Amino acid sequence: MKIAFASGKGGTGKTTVAVNVAYILQQCGADVQLLDCDVEEPNAHLFLPPRIDRSIPATVRRSEAAEDRCTGCGVCADYCEFNAITVFKNKVIIFPELCHGCGVCAWFCPERIITETFRPIGVIEGGKVKGIRFLQGRLNIGEIMAPPLIRQVKGQAQVAAVTLIDCPPGNSCPLIEAVRGTDLVILVSEPTPFGLCDLSLTVATLKKLGLPAGVVINRCDIGNDELYLFCRQGKIPILAEIPHDRRIAESYSRGGLISKDLPDYRGLFASLWENILALREGNYGKSPAADRGWTAT
Amino acid sequence: MDSNMTKEITILSGKGGSGKTTVTGALAVLGKNNILVDADVDAPDLHLLLQPQIKRREAFFGSKKARIIPEECIRCGLCVTSCRFDAIKMEEPPVVAPIFCEGCGLCRRICPAEAIEFAEARTGEWYVSETAYGPMVHAHLDPAQGNSGKLVSLIRAEGRKIAEDKRADLMLTNGPPGIGCPVIASLAGAGLVLIVTEPTLSGEHDLRRLAELIAMFKIPAWVCVNKWDLNPEMTAKIEEASRALGMSVAGRIRFDLTTVQAQLQRRTVMDYPESTAARDIESLWRELSAAS
Repeated sequence: MKIAFASGKGGTGKTTVAVNVAYILQQCGADVQLLDCDVEEPNAHLFLPPRIDRSIPATVRRSEAAEDRCTGCGVCADYCEFNAITVFKNKVIIFPELCHGCGVCAWFCPERIITETFRPIGVIEGGKVKGIRFLQGRLNIGEIMAPPLIRQVKGQAQVAAVTLIDCPPGNSCPLIEAVRGTDLVILVSEPTPFGLCDLSLTVATLKKLGLPAGVVINRCDIGNDELYLFCRQGKIPILAEIPHDRRIAESYSRGGLISKDLPDYRGLFASLWENILALREGNYGKSPAADRGWTAT
Repeated sequence: MDSNMTKEITILSGKGGSGKTTVTGALAVLGKNNILVDADVDAPDLHLLLQPQIKRREAFFGSKKARIIPEECIRCGLCVTSCRFDAIKMEEPPVVAPIFCEGCGLCRRICPAEAIEFAEARTGEWYVSETAYGPMVHAHLDPAQGNSGKLVSLIRAEGRKIAEDKRADLMLTNGPPGIGCPVIASLAGAGLVLIVTEPTLSGEHDLRRLAELIAMFKIPAWVCVNKWDLNPEMTAKIEEASRALGMSVAGRIRFDLTTVQAQLQRRTVMDYPESTAARDIESLWRELSAAS
């Protein structure tokens, strides 16, 4: 089972919820694997922190030309949709940072002087912590190709009973790549105009991808009820509510695990997991698990 | 700095949710003769504070997309096996998933039956608006679309055009979180970066990666720790690290739920001038004005 944690808006608590669910599951003896796919700013490791025992370079294809054999025909530059190639007299220049690795130039070069090699974009690191199998992507700084790295992190994942995926913020390519192929997406949001606005964009994106979603409302007592109304109208189940609690903020700021530092919150994450399972099985709201839902009030 | 040129300040954070948009909204009120750009096109929120009146609306064509014409397709499967982005599924007939189509055009060029169309696709919209604090350029990406970096470059260029026309003093660009494609697009060529971070281990980790990116572009950076009193030791550590990385410390903002109250009323925190956040942002603004 693959469960993604996403949000649209940044800083709503995706990573917090993902690492705490992972911790609770491991405590129950479950076979759990956590993938940090927020490759621009991977943070889950700060809360665990895992012993990294393998490191795999992540690469993307890039085209390379034997420049001295270029006849200057310009087909490659004409066909490249990304303006990554210039042909100047009898010389071809391929800009690696603009190359998307699509292979068009290599396919159509009449002189067959363009070959494809690989260039590094980041690293995939794996390890283990407290019985949780951990994998993260770390994008090289200055690199724009986050989606291929996310894909490779997911490609390195092992088969596990439960795979949890910590997604990047936003609603475009990196998020889409991170949630692709998952069974359920948990959206962590907060009941503020910003939280609602960004959540509604993510919900629209997931709808387009045909992925089911549930919501966790973080800092549930700081805003207004518009987010609740939105979820009710859109029939998006609310799986847990986390109150605004200065102790959580302080534990988080030190890189602490809430369910370890603040045992009174263990029940919240355990009940969230029960609700995730019920939703996954199509029983959410029908089984007693939903009635046991932990709330702040 | 040339006095005729508009200075651009890009507000970034690395980590999301640290308060970029709240701070940008407040700076928009404090600055005079501004142009505002919301470059967080993935998840834009600045419009919720500044209530822009849209004056001009333009479609955004992010990339080309392939489409297989079922009547022409001979089901050879060459496109399916050749696509580097796994965007074509071998169905009856084969179909391109537009979300995953990179727009490279390989399939169209190799299709023996010439059964693939390839055209610009609308992937969003961008707007030029009026706000009480100056013109604003912002955008909306359609659900499940990519290429936000290209859209960011476009709206910044548009903002700069307006800035030149109006001889604006300042262009405030509210950036996206992260360090990837849209961040690079909102950073390149900016005069100054203001990093709004938070006193957490994640905030510090993300700040370091962002600082390294900004250094590659050789843009002066100022750092402001938001909600600093949640962890004073971490704040001090972040400020020390910032200076060591060659950045300047612009100020601190206290944790203040007035920012949420302001957001609920669709206002900036400067409408609550007595609040601690408003006062802290005012002194941040004085520091930045003196610097630029």
